[in-house]
Amino acid sequence: MLPHWLILSVSFGYLGLLFAVAYYGDKRADAGRSIISNPYIYTFSIAVYCTGWTFYGSVGRAAATGAGFLPIYLGPTLAALLWWLVLRKIIHLSKVFNITSIADFIASRFGKSMKIGGLVTIIAVVGIMPYISLQLKAISLSFNTLFHFHGIPQDSGFFVGEDTALYVALILAVFSILFGTRHIDVTERHEGMVAAIAFESLVKFLAFTAVGLFVTFSIYKGPANLYAEAMQVPELARLMQMDALPGGYATWFSLTFISMTAIMFLPRQFQVLVVENVNEDHVRTATWLFPLYLFAINLFVIPIAFAGVMQFAGANVDPDTLVLALPLMHGHNLLALFVFLGGLSAATGMVIVESIALSTMLSNDLLVPIMLRLKLLRTEAMGGVLLMLRRGCILGVLLLGYLYFRLIGESYALVTIGLVSFAAAAQFAPPILLGLYWKGASRTGALAGLAAGFVVWAYTLLLPSFAKSGWLPISLVDPGPFGISALGPYHLLNLTMFDPITHSVFWSMLFNVGFLVVVSLYDRPAGLDQLQAAVFVQGSRASDTGDTRLWHGTTRVADLMGLVARLIGVDRAERAFQAYAQQHRVQLNSDNVADATLLEFTERELAKTVGAASARVMMSSIIEGEALSIEGLMRIMDETSQVIEYSRQLEQKSRELEAATQELQRTNERLKELDVLKDDFVNTISHELRTPLTSIRALSEIVHDEVNMDPDERQRFLGIMVKETERLTRLVNQVLDFSKIESGAVRGIQEELDLADVTQEALAATSQLARDRDVTISSQLPSEPVRLIGDRDRLVQVIVNLLSNAIKYCDDQVGKVHLRLISDPDEVRMEVRDNGPGIRPEERERIFEKFHQLSDTVKGKPHGTGLGLAICKAIIQNHGGRIWVEDNFGGGSIFTFTLPRQAL
Amino acid sequence: MPRILLVDDEPNIVLALEFLMKKEGYETFTADDGEKALEAIREHQPDLVILDLMMPKLDGYEVCQRVRSDPACKNTVIVMLTAKGREVEREKGLAMGADLYITKPFSTREVVEKVRGLLSETSAP
Repeated sequence: MLPHWLILSVSFGYLGLLFAVAYYGDKRADAGRSIISNPYIYTFSIAVYCTGWTFYGSVGRAAATGAGFLPIYLGPTLAALLWWLVLRKIIHLSKVFNITSIADFIASRFGKSMKIGGLVTIIAVVGIMPYISLQLKAISLSFNTLFHFHGIPQDSGFFVGEDTALYVALILAVFSILFGTRHIDVTERHEGMVAAIAFESLVKFLAFTAVGLFVTFSIYKGPANLYAEAMQVPELARLMQMDALPGGYATWFSLTFISMTAIMFLPRQFQVLVVENVNEDHVRTATWLFPLYLFAINLFVIPIAFAGVMQFAGANVDPDTLVLALPLMHGHNLLALFVFLGGLSAATGMVIVESIALSTMLSNDLLVPIMLRLKLLRTEAMGGVLLMLRRGCILGVLLLGYLYFRLIGESYALVTIGLVSFAAAAQFAPPILLGLYWKGASRTGALAGLAAGFVVWAYTLLLPSFAKSGWLPISLVDPGPFGISALGPYHLLNLTMFDPITHSVFWSMLFNVGFLVVVSLYDRPAGLDQLQAAVFVQGSRASDTGDTRLWHGTTRVADLMGLVARLIGVDRAERAFQAYAQQHRVQLNSDNVADATLLEFTERELAKTVGAASARVMMSSIIEGEALSIEGLMRIMDETSQVIEYSRQLEQKSRELEAATQELQRTNERLKELDVLKDDFVNTISHELRTPLTSIRALSEIVHDEVNMDPDERQRFLGIMVKETERLTRLVNQVLDFSKIESGAVRGIQEELDLADVTQEALAATSQLARDRDVTISSQLPSEPVRLIGDRDRLVQVIVNLLSNAIKYCDDQVGKVHLRLISDPDEVRMEVRDNGPGIRPEERERIFEKFHQLSDTVKGKPHGTGLGLAICKAIIQNHGGRIWVEDNFGGGSIFTFTLPRQAL
Repeated sequence: MPRILLVDDEPNIVLALEFLMKKEGYETFTADDGEKALEAIREHQPDLVILDLMMPKLDGYEVCQRVRSDPACKNTVIVMLTAKGREVEREKGLAMGADLYITKPFSTREVVEKVRGLLSETSAP
């Protein structure tokens, strides 16, 4: 009997050795000298297919059904024949799109669909759960066999036997985390892990062969001898007949079929076959070497099984433990320990790869897309969160397996548990295989097919396993729900000719393929779905022609680099972009707008870490424009509300900016106009000022120089100087006045006034001027007061100005001015008529402009500042009124202004 | 005795110039717009015209051009006297054929000296 400490320390020592191999593999990978870039190591890593199931379960199955264990290895052997065709295409496409898992692959084929990625992940996790529990069961079984063989009493305080599986699960979780998520960056492949797996495949092969040789040649003196002895036992002789198989040919066929799919589409097989593949050419070696490995490792299954049955005839020994029990029985403890390590290798290898593959799927294809959509996860903080997420997923996957083991595992044989998972993995075959060779296979079709197949699988295999273990009423299975046998999970529509696995495979495949084909036929794939379909079916070097058309936007190179850097670190991102620049012989300027090729490159870099679906969401969050199709656009709009919000804000901002720019332009033009006006104004004023100044200067110089001037003449000159000075003063005052009124700086006093009264005042002020010029002024005012609100002095100024102008321009002697004030309900109207020369039509507008004088009228230059009417206009406008001039039929002009009444 | 035509629509400026020119011993004529100026030039054949630019009916530039295009008046000296002080306007005036361009307000002594100088130049040969 082996001491416990030895078993435990050898176990941990062996795990430590594995770890060392993995560490060495990673170091070599970092140094750029990959040890796994080798077709033989690739093939051995594929042998992770042979798990605790193979190691312990095959013998158990052979002991019960003879050749019944064989389909599980025949299937992969047949599948390997197709690898050169199918697998190479899958590997190629996966490299083009940087596929990280089988969920990622299927999602990518169907338009990088998040929904499909998520569904595949759920199927994988639920479907593989029994398989992981199988490994836990195998390991704890082997432990317990090693400890308890022959019922030698154990110190129960030393090892809690019944919870072996839990400890195994936890230890394997820690190990998987160490293997799979040791890197700070979570990208790309796990070279160390692959190396360790290949090593384990070697160990389990050697261990199994060792025990086979021991049994055949040490116990039975050769295979012929063994066979001859076995045929003496009737039950063993019966096993050699084909009809020993439960379910006969149908079962044989269905098991072969699901094994064919399992070798490629179990998440861990996809991981080692596709994701971890270094070189497509390695497939060539694997195609013949892997079937050879399977053949070799199965060579001794029948001999060991037969020997076991014979050696333990009548004893109550679990057939699944025969491999270990035989050397123990013969006292070969060290051989038993080696066999135990072989079994440990088989089981741990599976668990490590499977949990890493599942955790990648869980995080990349289910959790991260959901978190991104719910905005629970910010892209900036993704690297660290991702690592923690994956570690949590590994632990979760193993604990799920443990849970299944506790709930169900004890009541089933290893192989039966494993086949449940095989049937689940088979659901991936239709979308992948049809997707690879039929362009018409659409996203909706795949979704429907997968969902239907999964539901049927869960109903026909998962549900009964719970019922049979007593967690659900057994009546659900037999006769069926509600007592209807046609609904029974083991015999839907009373199909009773198959065993449960075959039955489930039949129905689930029927539904899966049926839905996929029928829905696809009625579906019209569009946008990305269609494009990816074309790329996958052609399987050609599509990287340059496929995705490039999808993105086009105005994203800067620096933004892309930033996005990648947040995920994998600045150094790695820079290296990746440098490599890109060298490969494409381009100069990457961080401020430049990224072209489509670079966008596609970035998406693939992201996909390496987070998978295609998440990468797409992330890309769309930084790219502003995507030209695809209406459907593609709709999809993106649906998936990334973030983009919409972002572009909406952007649009809003650009609209605001545009409005502000227009406003500025208008202001600027107005300012320019004002500048020109101001220039003219200053020019005109200076001219107007110079004229009186000239007279004053010239005359004063004369008076100053001519000492002996005639006193009368001197007096006359001085008189002119005084007048000119007055004119100058008036001009300056009016300019100031005008600029005040025009700028509106002085609103004037707003008081209630009677315009009739105001008019009287103005008439009085101009009566002297009229008398001087012999002009007759007549007026027509309403008897009622004309009330409105305004500035009294300013209005007097306007009326005086109009009257003075009228008087000035009237014919001398026969001059007549007529003033009329009309009071309407909504406005007040004032007219001043004269019988002067009138104003030509083209002048009528311009006379209200400042400094516009009727300088070239027949009458010659008038004496004024040229500001009078401009001031009038400004005052009237300040009061909300209008002023204009029209022709007075019968000669002369009519100046009219109106003032609104509502001011009252 | 040199004859001088004074053209300006500001009577007070004409008054001052007339006083100055008479005192120098010149024979003077006056006009208060461009048309009258042309008439006076044809009628009196002045040796020198002092011409305002901004006038009713016909401005000083126009008058200047017509005088220069009339061979009969080719020796007439033209002095522009104007409140338009900008450099472009001065250049325009000289380009139109003016002999001198004086801006208002002017120094009486300067005007007298310049006129004297211009008249002695033309009568010298």
